[in-house]
Amino acid sequence: MNRADVTAGAASAGPAVAGGRTAGRPARAATARAGRSGGRRRRLELALLLAPATVLFTAFVLAPMALAAYYSFYNWNGYGALTSAGLSNYTSAIRGANFQHSVGHNLIIVGLSLIIQLPLSIGLAMLLNRRIKGRAFLRLVVFAPYVLSEAITAVVWYQMLQPNGFVDQVLVSLGLGSQVHDWLGSTSLVLYTLFVVITWKYIGFGIILLLAGLQGVPVELREAAALDGASSWQITRHVVMPLLGPTIRIWIFLSVIGSLQLFDLVWIMTGGGPAEASNTMVTYIYTFGIRQQQYGFASAVAVILFIICFAFALVYQRFVLRRDTEGALTRVVG
Amino acid sequence: MSATVNTTAGAAALRRRRGPREGRSWVAYLVAIVVIGITVVPLLFVVLGGFRTNAELNSDPAALIPHHWVWSNYTSVLTNAQFWRNIYNSLLIAVVATAVAVGVGSMAAYALSRYNFRGSEAFYGFFVIGLLFPIGVAALPLFLLLHDLHMLEHWWGVAIPEAAFSLPATIVILRPFMRAVPGEIEDAAMIDGTSRLGFFWRILLPLSRPALITVAILAFVTSWNAYLLPLLAFNDQSNFTLPLGVANFQTQYTQDTAKILAFTGLSMVPALAFLAVAERRIVGGLTGAVKG
Repeated sequence: MNRADVTAGAASAGPAVAGGRTAGRPARAATARAGRSGGRRRRLELALLLAPATVLFTAFVLAPMALAAYYSFYNWNGYGALTSAGLSNYTSAIRGANFQHSVGHNLIIVGLSLIIQLPLSIGLAMLLNRRIKGRAFLRLVVFAPYVLSEAITAVVWYQMLQPNGFVDQVLVSLGLGSQVHDWLGSTSLVLYTLFVVITWKYIGFGIILLLAGLQGVPVELREAAALDGASSWQITRHVVMPLLGPTIRIWIFLSVIGSLQLFDLVWIMTGGGPAEASNTMVTYIYTFGIRQQQYGFASAVAVILFIICFAFALVYQRFVLRRDTEGALTRVVG
Repeated sequence: MSATVNTTAGAAALRRRRGPREGRSWVAYLVAIVVIGITVVPLLFVVLGGFRTNAELNSDPAALIPHHWVWSNYTSVLTNAQFWRNIYNSLLIAVVATAVAVGVGSMAAYALSRYNFRGSEAFYGFFVIGLLFPIGVAALPLFLLLHDLHMLEHWWGVAIPEAAFSLPATIVILRPFMRAVPGEIEDAAMIDGTSRLGFFWRILLPLSRPALITVAILAFVTSWNAYLLPLLAFNDQSNFTLPLGVANFQTQYTQDTAKILAFTGLSMVPALAFLAVAERRIVGGLTGAVKG
């Protein structure tokens, strides 16, 4: 499906080809010729088909980023005149302790997801990938938190984590009373509490994704390895895991991008607090940009966040996902 | 094989088993029960908590089952105009966002999959780049744009941008699907006198139904659950969507935990009912789309 195939096809088919990609089929070439004779109508159709998407996409996806890039070089409170700020919005953001901490919090969530959520998802998926009764029900239940909004998840857990609330009482009744903490009020704990909630919401998605990946591992391969005397650990490590590779790599991609954009859950549960201890990049933008109406400054932070996501996505697509998906992005961009 | 994988169950187990790990399936059941418990208990806490009194919730929060079933929390939410208003707003925005994304996106996907024109690949790439603009990153810039366009406080000020942000995934999923429809079908339709647009409308779209359902679910769920953009766009409570409403209710009724739980419990109903009814399509759509 890449460009090389198309050009090679066109070259071999010679001058009769009008259609390029599907050149191999004579019938299609004929259609394409007919299409060329109605060239004006065809162009009109193309314009008609592509215009709405192009307008919508340009106006509401590309233009806002361009606008933000523009505002990021000015000081602006939303009403008065723009005053030029040069790079000062960027430098003051990058030098600011709160911004650095916010980025750090995002990175902690990324790290914890990779170290804890990923192995947990893989382990659970492997354990659940058996012929057990009620698997359909299990799938349904495990997926439920994923379809709930982050807002609902946040309220559910906010209520459960109240001091002397559900979680605390359960801990006490299990004899773990000494482990009761101020889950959302402690600056040193809050980020980890949030991570647990994030895991509750998103692990079902990972499990389902990995279960689908495991279904793709042929039983014959495991049996062949077992016949050759491989232990179940060896089969898991050397047969299953490599075949699960593409699924895991996609999961990592989604998890990192999601962790970098974390907002809803954090905002509702802690508002970035206490004492900015759970700010993420987006809650930082919200607090220091929109709330305080420093739109130029907030734009600069948004641009920085965009660059971080963009750079990660490109690098990851180019070096990690390429072999799995023939990276749709790298083919075009890189 | 039986020696290394499964020493206890022996030959009988070997004969009946299909997968390689039947022998320790009680571990799987145990894990399954723990996973289900951890998933469901918070949901039960909310739903059952809505049937309890605040006094009970304060004195014994972890007792899930109400001593006395109280209906007033639920009835007061169900008769609360704001609750229905939130649902109406969410539904309106999600339906419009989905319809626009799927309609406009399928047109573009058709042009990019079955018209051979110079720059087709570049055009496709133009949309693919959109996958790198997650709405979370773009929310503030969008807010500024909506502000400049005077689109704040209007439901379409949220629905239209959400549709725009769903376009890249829609096109990326639909294009290969539409391209895979055999050229012979198109040729036959043309010979029968159908125009290219007639072919698109009468043949290609019906044939693309599975992919259309996938992208529609993706767009709908994304919009239904969206929080940040509506938060930025709406100040007026009468415009709030359900996620905004849930969060707002919690801050408004800080002292009335039981009512918060009832409100939250009822807010979960649409999403969970949707999942229960169309589980296969939703799970398949949301996880399958990932692999695009």
